[in-house]
Amino acid sequence: MLRGFTLTLARDMRLALRRKGDAANVLLFFVIVASLFPLGTGAEPGPLRAIGAGVVWVCALLASLLSLPRLFAADLADGTLEQMLVSAQPLGALVAGKIAAHWLTTGLPLALVAPLLGLQYGLPTDALAVLLASVLLGSPVLSLLGAAGAALTLGVRGAGVLAGILVLPLCVPALVFGAGAVAATLSALDPAPHLSLLGAFLAVSFVLGLWASCAALRVALD
Amino acid sequence: MASVLYTYASPQAFYPLAGRMIPWFAWAAAILALAGLYVGFFVAPTDATQGEAYRIIFLHVPAAWMSMFIYVVMAGWAGLGLVLNTRLSGMMASALAPTGAMFTFLALWSGALWGRPTWGTYWVWDARLTSELILLFLYLGFIALKEAIEDPRRADRASAVLALVGVVNIPIIYFSVQWWNTLHQGASVSFTAAPKMAATMLAGMLLMVFAAWMYSIAVSLARVRAIILERERDAAWVREAIA
Amino acid sequence: MLEAKALACERGGRRLFGGISIALEPGALVRVRGPNGSGKTSLLRILAGLTRPAEGEVRWRGAPIAELAEAYGAEMLFLGHAPGVKAELTAAENLAFALRLAGIAAGEREVREALARWGVGAQAGLPARVLSEGQRRRVALARLALASRVPLWLLDEPFAALDEDGVGLLRERLATHLAAGGMAVLTSHQEIALAARRVHTVALGA
Repeated sequence: MLRGFTLTLARDMRLALRRKGDAANVLLFFVIVASLFPLGTGAEPGPLRAIGAGVVWVCALLASLLSLPRLFAADLADGTLEQMLVSAQPLGALVAGKIAAHWLTTGLPLALVAPLLGLQYGLPTDALAVLLASVLLGSPVLSLLGAAGAALTLGVRGAGVLAGILVLPLCVPALVFGAGAVAATLSALDPAPHLSLLGAFLAVSFVLGLWASCAALRVALD
Repeated sequence: MASVLYTYASPQAFYPLAGRMIPWFAWAAAILALAGLYVGFFVAPTDATQGEAYRIIFLHVPAAWMSMFIYVVMAGWAGLGLVLNTRLSGMMASALAPTGAMFTFLALWSGALWGRPTWGTYWVWDARLTSELILLFLYLGFIALKEAIEDPRRADRASAVLALVGVVNIPIIYFSVQWWNTLHQGASVSFTAAPKMAATMLAGMLLMVFAAWMYSIAVSLARVRAIILERERDAAWVREAIA
Repeated sequence: MLEAKALACERGGRRLFGGISIALEPGALVRVRGPNGSGKTSLLRILAGLTRPAEGEVRWRGAPIAELAEAYGAEMLFLGHAPGVKAELTAAENLAFALRLAGIAAGEREVREALARWGVGAQAGLPARVLSEGQRRRVALARLALASRVPLWLLDEPFAALDEDGVGLLRERLATHLAAGGMAVLTSHQEIALAARRVHTVALGA
């Protein structure tokens, strides 16, 4: 089980290192979109602070979505995906490894940059720390549910947009709990309940996203 | 056991059966709806606080109930198709989706029309309205995925996976939206302060709920017949049936 | 060992074939033949457990392959149209990954030896991007060199894109595998003489 997981994890990390541009572009997109909001809404500190966490969260959702079409499509094109389905390793472990690599190359960088963007929105230090924690905890949800969306739309025309339509509504709880944790901190409340709920949703997403990804891959290659 | 189920679930056997059932459900829907509307508009008393505007609940409440219920039924059919590999199950799920989406839209639309006189605005980010909106997105995603995949069998199975993920996620989404709503209170008015219902109001509403039930069944059966014809157009029995 | 009963395959509402039964015992080879579009690849994918047959079922050692899942994967090696070679990885990395995916333990030295045996030893450290189509095919086929303990080989058009020398290597490798009690199913539209104790032919689209 663990062997299959580390196998695809190590391979996808190595691939990501050889095309660093892809991960960097996702990060750049995240920063640019988040920086555009004040230009559209005006830069009064009060409203900016109020929308900051939500904007960063929605931008993280979009950025992580943008990287999804690649997740399985390249492996489908060169036949590797087929090999994974007839592998001696359990498919769930292989897919989990790929999802983990996706998170390490997109979700984790997004989480690390998020506090920087929070600064642009004038979030206080304690809120920045909570923002970091919430994106750290929430971005794996995006990778997991996103993988399911990518697998469902594999080989379908307009896969990128379609995956977004399928995945974004399912990510609502992550957005609510994640941005809610920061909002709670801003109103001097305890963010812990939000983060606990986010953690619980992560657990549900792990089971659901992994199952759906595997089932959808089998359907796609049928 | 499995083979018995398979014969019942064969599109060829189901097609004429559905055809015989449609008129019954359609008539039941029409009669119940007429009765419900009569009670709703002429028998039920004017509400003390909301005046006549409240009467939209005779449409709004059944639509909202059906929108959620149909998603569960749809996911049930989809899951059945995924497990047992029966062709009809996927077709049933496809046939239910547009009806479910229509009721969801109707619930939102009537909710907005109700909101205008009651709250002075068409849209409020009320927990139930927001959940209903996300439910509409889930329906549209399901339909979009089905449409995008060319091979109907693959489309059935892929969208079945999506429906099952959705049905597990819906309660969580609903909870999260309520949670969000309590955090950002002030902007919204709660539906839970519904007017106390007179017995006739309740009767009118229940009649309309049953009418919506019958309508959904009739329309889904009609749609599944169309889907059967389309998918089995190369089969000999279809050629005979439409000859 | 491998048993397929009354397999039928439908694609896009069209029936490709039906009533195909295969029984494979150690040392036997099955050749699937037929014109383009007759369902050769589909049959192989059904045997590999990738595609669900419209009718019938496939059993391995008496158990349905759908239930065996990765346990079947450990005893079966499938090579499809696409070689499963990643352009960004080197030939050696590609082969090492493919072997581990197939559950075959192999060290770095064995990987290099296998590549050398298939005539791509000099390219072991090069990214697959710069390899030719035939060389990539050889990288994919190199896993056969270390797959002696995998009893069942399912090969889809293995001779495609290979030069004469490559065809010779593959024939030789297949012969030793079958002689050692292995089994193979392969599709090909070329006539290539293969040595085996028993050769069955499945003709599709007749």
